[in-house]
Amino acid sequence: MATILTSTSAKLTLPHALPLDSGQALEGVEIAYETYGDLSAGKDNAILIFHALTMDQYVANPHPITGKPGWWSQSVGPGLTIDTDRFHVICANVIGSCMGSTGPASLAPDGQPFGMRFPVITIRDMVRAQVALLDALGIECLHAVIGGSMGGMQALSFAANFGERAQRVLAIATTARHSAQNIAFHEVGRQAIMADPNWQGGAYYATGRAPDAGLAVARMAAHITYLSEAGLTDKFGRRLQDRASKSFGFDADFQVESYLRHQGISFTNRFDANSYLYITRAMDYFDLAEEHGGMLADAFAGTKARFCLISYDTDWLYPTAESRNIVHALNAVAAPVSFVELSAPYGHDSFLLDVPAQDRVIKGFLE
Amino acid sequence: MSSLRPDLEVIARHIPAGARVLDVGCGDGSLMAALRDGRGVDARGLELSPEKVELCVSKGLSVIQGDANRDLAEYPDGAFDYAILSQTLQTAERPDLMLEQLLRVGRQAFVSFPNFAYWRMRLSLLANGRMPVTPHLPVSWYETENIHHLTIADFRALLAEKGVKTEGCWFFAHDREIGSTGANWWAEHAVFQLSR
Repeated sequence: MATILTSTSAKLTLPHALPLDSGQALEGVEIAYETYGDLSAGKDNAILIFHALTMDQYVANPHPITGKPGWWSQSVGPGLTIDTDRFHVICANVIGSCMGSTGPASLAPDGQPFGMRFPVITIRDMVRAQVALLDALGIECLHAVIGGSMGGMQALSFAANFGERAQRVLAIATTARHSAQNIAFHEVGRQAIMADPNWQGGAYYATGRAPDAGLAVARMAAHITYLSEAGLTDKFGRRLQDRASKSFGFDADFQVESYLRHQGISFTNRFDANSYLYITRAMDYFDLAEEHGGMLADAFAGTKARFCLISYDTDWLYPTAESRNIVHALNAVAAPVSFVELSAPYGHDSFLLDVPAQDRVIKGFLE
Repeated sequence: MSSLRPDLEVIARHIPAGARVLDVGCGDGSLMAALRDGRGVDARGLELSPEKVELCVSKGLSVIQGDANRDLAEYPDGAFDYAILSQTLQTAERPDLMLEQLLRVGRQAFVSFPNFAYWRMRLSLLANGRMPVTPHLPVSWYETENIHHLTIADFRALLAEKGVKTEGCWFFAHDREIGSTGANWWAEHAVFQLSR
């Protein structure tokens, strides 16, 4: 979709220090965000969309660096599933990221980039920053919060901590806590970055050298977890890349190798390696039950919001059992909850792709 | 509520306003929608088919996709005033265990099922010596979801064995309510209201 939607790109500087779960506080936090569609006079038609790990506020409009369509452009827009003719859609870059919101590449009070001096943040900290944005926009209660993957974690954290501020909570392909396997894959990525000599302890910004090789490997490893085995087989099989036979060397003989290398390298053009460290850490620290005395149900006690969870049968990163775990917790506190496991061949990334059933569920849930 | 199937209409009639209800195998959610719109019932559903869950969600209903054989166990005790199982008991892996689950999560339960001792069934089996295929049970034995056919007498025996109390029962033939005399002969399907 090449159409450019009317949107507002803006940046807010929070008037107060942002308290963090680590006990620290961040002064002068900036939040970059996009909005689509008009806010009603009663300010009651706003939908906040939370983005995933490596995404950003460009949910519907083309990405300013890559020029590629917004990451959910097939579902967000006029007359689409999340209809910007009806809803005022807000999507903000999470703190810790690198697309305009304060993160490790931002300047610290001493005028130098934070680098590893940036405080470790959590999913709840990301949500706090976006609640501060809502405060600044004068939006008391949202029609819905929506997110997939890490965005789903933020949606759940929002429900647990600011539940009175959303009427509907939609969490897709997500989990209430990172599993050992989830943490393990992230650690591989972080170690790849930190093993790159160009990382330089995170203080690479002014050196003209960045840990691109490490970040690319991190992205390659992570990218595999977003796909399914069947999806990879279907897309690449054992087909060779632009050659008739194996090279008996270590070039990208196979199409899948070439694809992953491309994914890794192109990622380094738009993402900061330190942001990758900080955001994956935030996801690994996420355990919604732990924040509530070990009982996930307690996270949602007294909630008035309606919930909808969607999982995918080929998602082995956050499998259906994780969503069911959340559903059971919501049932235990008698929260109105819907859940559906959809079938799609694309693995975890299914939620970003063309799955008509997902659009029907979202549309129905937003009514 | 006139568009509801007659067995569902009986169930809907006996659920008081404002009750909390779980509809197990809620299908397209028509009973739930009727209960919600007609009498402000807080209705929740459990349904196996993703397509039907989609339909329910689009009606603004709260429905969880899942398998009642397993997922009923995940609901807390006494979470609902009524648990409803309509035309699903005969498809359960263990109807006896499902009945126990219904009366655990609900203070009362409504259960409806097709009566295999309906006279046309008996006659068909007697005359043809083959598993009956009728308008009401139209699928052949090898592909039917109805893996535990039962009769009204069977069900009553199960209730007695489990010590379950019958609060009410209703019988239907040709989609019309009939009397209870000789129901095991004359009824195509039955609705029971049960309590512990």
